[in-house]
Amino acid sequence: MADPVLKVENINVFYGSIHAIKGISFEVYEGEIVTLIGANGAGKSTTLNTISGLLHPSTGSISFLGESLAKVPPYKIVERGLAQVPEGRRVFAQMTVNENLEMGAFTQSSSSIPEDLEKVYSLFPRLKERMNQTAGTLSGGEQQMLAMGRALMSRPKLLMLDEPSMGLAPILVEQIFAIIADLHRTGATILLVEQNAQMALSIASRGYVMETGNIVTTGTGQELLASEEVRKAYLGG
Amino acid sequence: MTFLNFFISGISLGSIYAIIALGYTMVYGISKMLNFAHGDVIMVGAYICFYAVVRYGLNPFLAVAVAMVLCSVLGIIVEGLAYKPLRQAPSLAVLITAIGMSYFLQNTALLLWSSNPKVFPSVVGRGAFHMFNGNLSVSHITALTIIVCLVIMVALSLFVSKTKMGKAMRACSEDKGAAQLMGINVNATISMTFAIGSGLAAIAGALLCSAYPTLMPTTGSLPGIKAFTAAVFGGIGSIPGAFLGGLMLGVIEIFAKAYISSQLSDAVVFGVLIVVLLVKPAGLLGKMTQEKV
Ligand SMILES: Nc1ncnc2c1ncn2[C@@H]1O[C@H](COP(=O)(O)OP(=O)(O)O)[C@@H](O)[C@H]1O
Ligand SMILES: [Mg+2]
Repeated sequence: MADPVLKVENINVFYGSIHAIKGISFEVYEGEIVTLIGANGAGKSTTLNTISGLLHPSTGSISFLGESLAKVPPYKIVERGLAQVPEGRRVFAQMTVNENLEMGAFTQSSSSIPEDLEKVYSLFPRLKERMNQTAGTLSGGEQQMLAMGRALMSRPKLLMLDEPSMGLAPILVEQIFAIIADLHRTGATILLVEQNAQMALSIASRGYVMETGNIVTTGTGQELLASEEVRKAYLGG
Repeated sequence: MTFLNFFISGISLGSIYAIIALGYTMVYGISKMLNFAHGDVIMVGAYICFYAVVRYGLNPFLAVAVAMVLCSVLGIIVEGLAYKPLRQAPSLAVLITAIGMSYFLQNTALLLWSSNPKVFPSVVGRGAFHMFNGNLSVSHITALTIIVCLVIMVALSLFVSKTKMGKAMRACSEDKGAAQLMGINVNATISMTFAIGSGLAAIAGALLCSAYPTLMPTTGSLPGIKAFTAAVFGGIGSIPGAFLGGLMLGVIEIFAKAYISSQLSDAVVFGVLIVVLLVKPAGLLGKMTQEKV
């Protein structure tokens, strides 16, 4: 196989004295959807934030497109093509939908923005209808779409999504996952963090199961869906 | 006509408060800290203007430009040395540091320039416009102050609503973590905000000392506190709020001096502030933050 897009090797992450990530390793290859599933508090968000450079591993290494991300500040990591849709969406509530998308394109040259805006608006027509509304007035589902659109504006080579289904009604969860699957079909490489293991595994190429800072199981999406252990712990039997 | 005269004086004084308040509010918006040294940057700006004009014979407007540049650099240094290391610290520690920085600047000024008051040369001389058969006179500096304040207000509003850097500033003010995930260099954006606020403080210093020509190391303290009050009054973090709060504070202060008592004017000003905050805790134009699921 070719070199992975993202390679995480044996990282340990601490919050003060709390050992949140205990030596995990995983890879994401080009064109894959890899999912990281696990219960609340397992360390999924900590992992993504470490990859994005918001937190620093005490040991271990992370490389993206063959280059180390050690000591690279978060804004340069985005420049290199690594975007994250954070947990809880974190849209800029007092800025308009259009301005939020422009912020997503902060690392891009202004000449490419109109074209990319059109792409995002065609992917999420509801956002286009609301382009001049402030993001705080959007529904939860619309905010999730905005957060995803905003990340896409940076033309990412790897898109990381942290619990995009969180707090959404089942019908919206279906929609969001359909969009993620669509993005994947059009060639996007995705690292998807979820508590909704069923949904995530059903669209994933491969998955890793996290428990209290460790990766305990790995396999293809189908293997994990079928695994007795995973079914018991995460899929309600 | 005296009423109108007082009103215009109030707007002019309020314009100075507004320009200073803009610095407070922008810095608060982005770093959620009250930069109590901001008032002292005004004083530093005024001294730079003073020496540029009196000792080096610079054109007053050029002198203000020099003061703006140097104060912007000072703002960046203050932020980088004193506040940046405390980004994650409790807000009380930051507040104490800001007060310490304020005294540090005042004492440095005392060492450099002594406590002897300097007579500041007005940037536009001491003339006045006379209107209504001489019943209304508006000094040049009063008119200039109001115009400068309006220009700054419009320019700043355009900057934050239209430019990439201005929007990045608003994004950082709302959520620094998310802003970093957009590829925004948050540290650079905060530095830039301090630079803009301090540059504005230099303008305020020149205008203030042109209208009230006594320049001392403590010159910035009281206007700084009043402008801080104005920023809270208008809704701290809000740019139009700082503008409105500044103007209203200036008008209330001058009216209180004229019609109530010059000794009690500050008490009246703060009394109005307390009433406003009781009715609208976020200030006149401040937004109560609302969460949405
Ligand atoms: N800012 C923080 N300070 C201290 N501990 C934290 C912080 N954020 C997360 N943790 C702890 O780290 C562990 C992993 O959290 P997190 O990565 O958010 O889990 P997940 O995203 O899988 O729900 C948890 O035990 C959590 O309590
Ligand atoms: Mg999480």
